[in-house]
Amino acid sequence: MKKKSLVPRKIKDMALRIFSSFAVLLSVGAMLWILYTVVRYGAESLSWDFLFHKSQPYGSVGGGIANALIGTVLITFGAAAMAVPGALCAGIYLAEFKDHRKLAALLRFSANVMMGMPSVLVGLFVYVILVVPTGKFSGFAASVALAVLMFPVVMRTTEDMLSMVPDQLRESALALGMTRTRATLTIVCKSAKNGLLTGILLSLSRVSGETAPLLFTAMFSDSWPTGYFSEPTANLPVLITEYATNSPFEVMHQMGWGAALVVTLLVLAVNLITRIFFREKKYGN
Amino acid sequence: MAIKILTRNLNFYYGNHQALFDNNLAIEEGKITAVIGPSGCGKSTHLRIYNRIFELYRDQRAEGEVLLDGKNILSPGVDVLELRRRVGMIFQKPTPFPMSVFDNVAYPLKLHFKLSREEIAQRVEMALQGASLWDEVKDKLRSSGLALSGGQQQRLCIARAIAAEPEVLLMDEPTSAIDPVATLKIEELMDSLRERFTIVIVTHNMQQAARISDNTAFFYKGKIVEAGETKQIFTNPKNRQTEEYITGRFS
Repeated sequence: MKKKSLVPRKIKDMALRIFSSFAVLLSVGAMLWILYTVVRYGAESLSWDFLFHKSQPYGSVGGGIANALIGTVLITFGAAAMAVPGALCAGIYLAEFKDHRKLAALLRFSANVMMGMPSVLVGLFVYVILVVPTGKFSGFAASVALAVLMFPVVMRTTEDMLSMVPDQLRESALALGMTRTRATLTIVCKSAKNGLLTGILLSLSRVSGETAPLLFTAMFSDSWPTGYFSEPTANLPVLITEYATNSPFEVMHQMGWGAALVVTLLVLAVNLITRIFFREKKYGN
Repeated sequence: MAIKILTRNLNFYYGNHQALFDNNLAIEEGKITAVIGPSGCGKSTHLRIYNRIFELYRDQRAEGEVLLDGKNILSPGVDVLELRRRVGMIFQKPTPFPMSVFDNVAYPLKLHFKLSREEIAQRVEMALQGASLWDEVKDKLRSSGLALSGGQQQRLCIARAIAAEPEVLLMDEPTSAIDPVATLKIEELMDSLRERFTIVIVTHNMQQAARISDNTAFFYKGKIVEAGETKQIFTNPKNRQTEEYITGRFS
């Protein structure tokens, strides 16, 4: 037998390695660049007043972003409270109870469509069904819009994470005489806990920066967010858009960057805290 | 000899594909029965009917009779939760639950019985001792079951299975994912469980079947070719296919 040269194989191997290292550098580099920019422009805004005072109307001097910060937290967690329980259940249904395949296929298909839907459309939709009839912009309406965006993401990650749990674990739970529901909730979900949590966190981080739906629902306000259900509610994404792009004042551009930095830190903090809280012990195999 | 499980005219289907053909088999009470045969011959499929675990999958279907103490477990009136308490199962890969060693074993106890905390603790210890694991884990009952070694995890699963006081233990290639030393331990363990439980073990390992089992059933292409005392099957098989398989002329 004539031996094949090893060189082409080694070249291919090398090429792929270089390419993937480059891809890694590119994505990590992009992330660092964004972070660097946000920190560079935003850091000087950070101060006690900035973080703990509410925003001021155009033209007035000073003011902070505390009302928008609280508003964003309210809107985002309001959305999570609406979307997460249902989305988890739907994901569990898709992964565990495959009794109605057509229904499941329909559910999965509509989730995929929803995930691809521009968020501005969702904002418009909520504007039409909630804001127009009541005649009131509100933080609640914003939560509804974000909940609509969160639902399919959480549902699909839940399904994916549960599908990764080996069947033998399910079987061994059932083989002990557990019901399907008990096996699912106490064993399968528990073993996929970190994945489920990651899905929720990712969707939370994603929607916490959504701006377009908020323009139609929460709008903005320079007061404290006391009227979550009935009044325009201050929030960071709209504040950033307004300050950084629409305002003629340099000091407001600066505050916009500061607010962007705060959003970034907020998302990072939520991620880190939950991760530490739910830390998985590392096991050797 | 008492018969614990009697299978009569059992057929099994994956959708339209028939996997078992007219299986007839008697499992003796308090004995270890080994189920052997080449891959894909239906050994595991057969075993998975005894606790109706196959019902997890929609397109799987069994026809015929499996009599546990004379009662057909395939009839619709049978409570599958109680059936599975009576017929425990050990799987190929260890499947500890994501909880502590103690909670793993306590789970079936809390599930099926009304017990005080002390009774649970006592029975967990008994089960762990029964599974020859107590000495290795008595100081780390609160640490995760997933932190144990593979062999220990499998014995933890055995402890969990015997905690609910089943009558039958089904073992589906319980040592195939485990190193030889740990395998030996599990075989010794099975030997000690003999008589207390009726054990049915599916195994690829012919020596294992010969070492530990009292009876052996040889499956080939979904049919039971030969079943009988292990000694007879291994030394003087009546069927030519059995002989060829035992002697390693095909696998």
